[in-house]
This record gives sequence, structure tokens and C-alpha cells, in this order.
Amino acid sequence: MSRRWYGPLPQATDLAVLLPSASRIAQTAAAERIAGAFRLRLRPAHGVALLALFILGCGLAQAQVQPGQPSILATLWKWTPVLLRGFVFNLVISAVAMAAGTIVGLFLGFAQISLLLPVRKGAWLTTHFFRNAPWLVLLFYCMFLLPFQVTIFGVTIPIPDWIKATLGLSLPVMANVSEIVRGAIQSIPTAQWESAASLAFNRRQTLWMIIFPQCIKRMLPPWMNLYAILTMATVLTSIVGVNEMMSLTRQALSAENRSGLLLAFYSYVLFWFFLYCYPIARWTVRLEARYAVNH
Amino acid sequence: MTAAPAASAEPIVDLRDVHKSFGHVEVLKGVSLAVPKGGVVCIIGPSGSGKSTLLRCINGLVPIDRGSIRVASFDVHRLKTDAEKIALRKEVSIVFQQYNLFPHKTALENVMMAPVHVLKEDKDEVRVRAVALLGKVGLSAKADVYPGELSGGQQQRVAIARSLAMRPEVMLFDEVTAALDPETVKEVLNTIRELAQEGMTCMLVTHEMRFARELADVVYFTDGGVIVEAGPPAELFDHPVKERTRAFLSQIL
Repeated sequence: MSRRWYGPLPQATDLAVLLPSASRIAQTAAAERIAGAFRLRLRPAHGVALLALFILGCGLAQAQVQPGQPSILATLWKWTPVLLRGFVFNLVISAVAMAAGTIVGLFLGFAQISLLLPVRKGAWLTTHFFRNAPWLVLLFYCMFLLPFQVTIFGVTIPIPDWIKATLGLSLPVMANVSEIVRGAIQSIPTAQWESAASLAFNRRQTLWMIIFPQCIKRMLPPWMNLYAILTMATVLTSIVGVNEMMSLTRQALSAENRSGLLLAFYSYVLFWFFLYCYPIARWTVRLEARYAVNH
Repeated sequence: MTAAPAASAEPIVDLRDVHKSFGHVEVLKGVSLAVPKGGVVCIIGPSGSGKSTLLRCINGLVPIDRGSIRVASFDVHRLKTDAEKIALRKEVSIVFQQYNLFPHKTALENVMMAPVHVLKEDKDEVRVRAVALLGKVGLSAKADVYPGELSGGQQQRVAIARSLAMRPEVMLFDEVTAALDPETVKEVLNTIRELAQEGMTCMLVTHEMRFARELADVVYFTDGGVIVEAGPPAELFDHPVKERTRAFLSQIL
């Protein structure tokens, strides 16, 4: 099976002084390859920096307020319900894409360890194609290659843009989940397989009752990390015209038609994403640490 | 001890001229041995002499290249499909050096899993039997504990109970005390001793020479993939014929 990218890392440097950081970087890289993406490492300091940026943006905007115009905070407050509606849309897209991608990705992951060569190779190819393709390109594929409506038995069902966009985002999720599953299964010691085989379990029983339950702990942190990354990537759908938070922010800015609001508004958007992703990122780190001790 | 098994009885494990190579390394170079029903056989020898591989061949975990292995009614070397191997493994159970318990299941669940899911036996009946087996290995109090919280010796005894729950005809023990600290070795050996005395057919790969001398009907000394010498423990340990055997024994005794 395709283990070749997962072997131990070569020594990155022979300069003793660099070794501590080199091994740290190597460890991070190894973990990120398993997770299939960069690991979100949000810290409270990042929130403080964002807040500072937001305050700076507000200050700049306030300085440019013309007589008779409402203050920047009043403007933001006015638009907040609209923006939050967009944000909820982002979250819906992320949840649906994650659910769909996870379900298909689980199957694909199991297919990657199939004993049938064509199944294994096909799953491997699919996984690596969608895992290494740029997310935006996949998004455009789905937006422009899928029909805007389908007719089944004379009934015409429209496919709204956001569904197509969600589908587009679920493809890389699927591929990454597939890789997470494969990596987790292969990280279980072969002794467990041997032990199950000697107790006369067949392959499917071994996978379902013995191997996979042990994988869940290992899969959870990279899976949650993937979700946080997906949530941030949902703003990509604004490019293809989905009315989520980014699109609405742009519309709000053009409706206001005032100079100087840009920094304040976009920092505000960032801050909402931070509020949502920060707990997920912290929780992921906690789980990772806990499970690392157990194994 | 029960009466020594009749030597004339049909052997329950019968190996003839077994060869096995891993790549270019020939691990087994023609091994023949037979174990009568109820017999206790110990296999001793230096590391890397193919002892563990031999046991793994007997329950079909490792396919052999040449020769024949017969266990109960199975021609192990002819088993092709998984279903056939599974049928064999219901009769032959192996206990590993590293216990290999399922870490996500409690001790009791570890013992119950295979009978319930493989033999499709009634769960309540299996539970009764599993509790009794844990009692037999002296771990009644640990039924609901996860393997991670058990000592090595306790884990190994759970592993033995787990194997026994399948009601095998033959038990294979692959250096089951090698990973244990000296104090817990005794509790595991006591469990095996009881089993042997109840008439279970046992094959042990072991470094516990005193145990082998006490319990075995026949001791095989293997080195370099062949059986160098075999015989009752009193003869093999006290009057080894081959120079190689003598050298090995003088090093460890």
C-alpha cells in the first residue's frame, strides 16, 4: 500500500544548533501531512491582534466620518443582522459540505485499503486528485459544469448555486477524510490484525469491531482541524456568487458608498470567523494532547 | 498431572518437513514434529531460530513454502480461503508475547468478543463462561477494567482467557512471559500449568527452562531453522547429545 510518503523524515540539518527547531518543524510537517492540511494554531494573542486591527479600522473610519453621517459603530451595528445572516449561511455550507464529504470520504478511505487492486488504485487516484487540486478550481468546476436544474420524470428540480458550491467544497473534504481514515487504519499496530485473525475474526469483522473503533480517537483531531479550515474556505463561495458573509459585506460597503469603511468591515468579518474557529482549534489541540498520551 | 498421553495416539498436530523463507532468508529448513492430544511440548532455542514463525505457521497466520502441517482435521498447508483459515483458528488459539488485547474493550469484553461474533453463541451464555474464565485466571475483580489499566501479567492472563473462550483443541504460547517482569511471570505460568494439567494440548515457545522441564512431555531444541535435538526434558536438559544443545544450555542454565 502507498506508505511511501509516510516514512520517517530524513534528518533536516546537521547543524547541532538548529536541531531542536528542525525536529519541531519536522514533527509539525509530519502531523500536517497526516491531517492533509495546515494545522490551525489559533491563540488568544491572535484574537487580541484581530481586535486591535478592528479598533484601528474603526478609528480610521471614524476620522473620515463627514458631518451628518452616522458613526462607524452605528453603521456596523446597522449591518450586523445582515452580515450575521450571511455568516449563518457560511456555517450551513460548512456543515453540509463536511457531512457529505465525511460520509463519502469514509467509503473512499476504506476503499483505499481494499484487497481488490482496482478498487484500491481507483480510490487512491480519486483521493489524491481531489486532495491536491486547488479548492477554488474544484468550486468553479462544480459551479459551471453542473446544470442549474435537473429534470427527473418530467419534474424539473432547480439546483441553487449554494448547493453546487457546497458540493464543490465537499470534494476536497471527501479526499482529506479519505486520507485521514487510511492513515488512522494503517497506524493501528499489525499485532491487532494478527490477534484478531488468530481469534478467527474475518476481515470485515476485524475492521469494524477491532480496528476502526480504535481509529476514531486518532481521526477526531485532524477531522476537526479540517472542519475549521473548511469553515474559513466557505468565503470562497462569494467568488461564485453565493450570498454568504463576504458577498454581503461587499454589498454593504457599496451600499454605504463611504470611504474608509473597508478595514473596519473586513476586520469585523474576520473577527466573527475567529470567534467560531478559535474554540474548535483549541479543542483540537486538547484532544490531540490527550490522545497522544494514551497511545 | 494427568496420565501421560498415549504415545500411540493419533497426533493432533503433525508437522512434516516444513520449510519457510522470508525473501532470501530461510527461517524454517525442514521441521518435523508431532504432538499427541493432551500433550505438552516446549520449543526452546536461541532468538531468531524460527520458533515464533513455527507457531504462526501452525495456525495459518504464516503460509509455508514446502512440507505439510496437519492440525486436528485440517491440512493447514492446503488452506486457501479465509473461511477455511477461520475454521482452523476456531480449533487452534495462539497467545502472543505482547498480549495484543483489544485496548478499546474491557477485559470481559475481550474474552467475550470472539465467541459472540465468531462462534455466534448466545451472549448471556458467553458472559457466564467468560466470567468463569476470568475467575480461572484469577482476574474476577478486573472484568470491567480496560487493558491499559492492567499490569503485563494480568493482560497476559486475560489474553489466555480470551483464547480459551474459543474452546480450542490446541493452545499455542509464543514466549508469553518474555515481556513480563519476573514477579508476574509466575502467575502466568501457573495459569498455563493448570491448563496443561487439565489435558489441554499445549505448544510453548519459551525461555523458562525450569518450567519446560517441569511441564513438558517433550522438549525440542531448535537452532538455525532446524530441530537440533528432541526428547523428554530430563534427557534433553541433563544429558544433551548434540554439542550445539550443550553449548546453548550451558549459556542459559
